Amino acid sequence: MKVVTICGAGIGSSGILKVNAERVLQRLDIEADVVAADLASLTEVAADAQVILTSAEFVEAIGATYADVIVIENYFDTNELAEKLEAALGS
Amino acid sequence: MTLPPLPTEAIVLGATAEDWRGAVRLAGDALVASGAARPGYAGEMIRMIEEHGPYVVIAPGLALAHARPGPEVLADGLAIVTLASPVEFGHPHNDPVHVVLGLAIKTADEHLAAVASLANVFNDSTAIEDIAAAASAAEVQAIMRADS
Repeated sequence: MKVVTICGAGIGSSGILKVNAERVLQRLDIEADVVAADLASLTEVAADAQVILTSAEFVEAIGATYADVIVIENYFDTNELAEKLEAALGS
Repeated sequence: MTLPPLPTEAIVLGATAEDWRGAVRLAGDALVASGAARPGYAGEMIRMIEEHGPYVVIAPGLALAHARPGPEVLADGLAIVTLASPVEFGHPHNDPVHVVLGLAIKTADEHLAAVASLANVFNDSTAIEDIAAAASAAEVQAIMRADS
């Protein structure tokens, strides 16, 4: 499975999301590749992704995609991440 | 994992900013003071937010200001600015902001180790409040577990 985290620069906030998503997925015992990217490389990176994690600001720019787009409010709240990932992945 | 350097010069406590641009500029000034960035870096951080919105407010009360690696970055570095009065960035959930982190990273490859160590600090939900309430740079460095 592939999870992509998106922010404006592709460093910083998407990196924090990547690190915390990896921690949560491990805790949930879900195997996944988590990739941090910026909006500009989204089409390429997210083509085969099941889940996109991002902020509300980027949902419109991400546009139509086969992936589940999950909006994270508090990037440091691993409980929020766990709940939303579990709901999306239906485990 | 290595946190970028957070020297005393990069920590500004109880600062006053008129608005979010002023708050980000203070973080840029602090990165200049510590030798991590050139003066133009503050403007780059502001442009990132103008272009993409207030997504940098990644947790309640906390903004992570940064721009891409480039000629305005002189060395990896972190800056912390706490505000006497919080400012609004226009974020739907996490406003108002008391603490601004400024992050300068020399190469994109290094950023993951840097942000992983930030996550280690801030996954503790009390860290933001503790930093906002800190009375000395040493206190902030202790919370960040950073080397001065």
